[in-house]
Amino acid sequence: MKILLAGGGKLVYFLARTFQAKGYAAIIVNPDLEECQWLAKRLKSLIVHGDASDPRILEEAQAETMDVILAATARDEVNLAICQIAESLFGVPRTMALVHDPEQEEVFIKLGVKGAFSITHILSGLIERRVETEGVVNLVPLGEGKINLTEIALPLSAPVAGKALRDVDMPPDSLVTCIIRQGHTIIPRGDTEIHGGDRLVTLTAPENHAKVIRLLTGERG
Amino acid sequence: MSGTESLKDAFFVIVGCGRLGSYLANTLSLQGSGVVVIDRRAAAFGNLSPVFSGFSIEGDATEFSTLKSAKVEKADFLVAVTEDDNVNILAAQISKEVFRVPRVLARVFDMRREAFLAAKGIDVVCPTSVIGLLFLDLLRRPPLPGASPEAS
Repeated sequence: MKILLAGGGKLVYFLARTFQAKGYAAIIVNPDLEECQWLAKRLKSLIVHGDASDPRILEEAQAETMDVILAATARDEVNLAICQIAESLFGVPRTMALVHDPEQEEVFIKLGVKGAFSITHILSGLIERRVETEGVVNLVPLGEGKINLTEIALPLSAPVAGKALRDVDMPPDSLVTCIIRQGHTIIPRGDTEIHGGDRLVTLTAPENHAKVIRLLTGERG
Repeated sequence: MSGTESLKDAFFVIVGCGRLGSYLANTLSLQGSGVVVIDRRAAAFGNLSPVFSGFSIEGDATEFSTLKSAKVEKADFLVAVTEDDNVNILAAQISKEVFRVPRVLARVFDMRREAFLAAKGIDVVCPTSVIGLLFLDLLRRPPLPGASPEAS
């Protein structure tokens, strides 16, 4: 696989190293001459100095031979232009862009950049999940983030310990799908009793996610 | 000028208040059109004439919220004429695809960037190709009287 990375800083350097270690060819386009020289000394990749939203530079970087392009510059409008030009002029099959303005993520997808992801969304989501509760072991957003699959470790003193599932007042659009107890999994029914120390796998919507965690673990959230 | 007369009741959003943007804003405002002009630098609004009666918004037109605050969804025309091709390309596409502005125009200097944007239903003016054609046309004509140095 051949990957073109447009952008600067350590992000692009370490991405290129990671891809190389996996046996992929990574080519970097960077607008800063000094950074290019620094990169060229440390990587076996082809390094192209220039603005990747300029079709001539993309041509020099052999864009037409790429399987993927990742536009990771500091400016949203540059990242959009890189992806659109790579796709329309050079036929790059997969284009991905870093988006800083979180409102722009959906807009980019609408404009044909299928792999647009907002670094602001990702980081704020990670921080919120960490801060929310120590009890969350695992969280997988599904369906473009419209539903969360969460594994929650209940403390021994959880307010729901000793209750049957049907007596727990779960908010609408949420569900306890599985209980993990001492290495065994239980698909619960209404009369299944919850124990302190259980790990519960829940389905929640973003609106009621924090509420469900609070209800089950008793933590502030 | 019957063409521009009919624009009197139209609402324009102009992105970029440099020489071209301010010229368009001043002219359209003077003939009675509603105009909002956006620029990253507040100093650029010094280019607006004293009789300009529209609104100016200091902000980055590549940010979604700036376009929203300029009421782009109500615009009949959006004209993106900053000095930066990529900014114009982004602002024009958001206006067309998200805010559904009926007519979107953008200035793009790079001739190769012009082509793909035109395919998206945006009217692209490429100064490089326009002026290039003008020069080639002039080169094919005999010099205007008085325009050439006296023959020796």
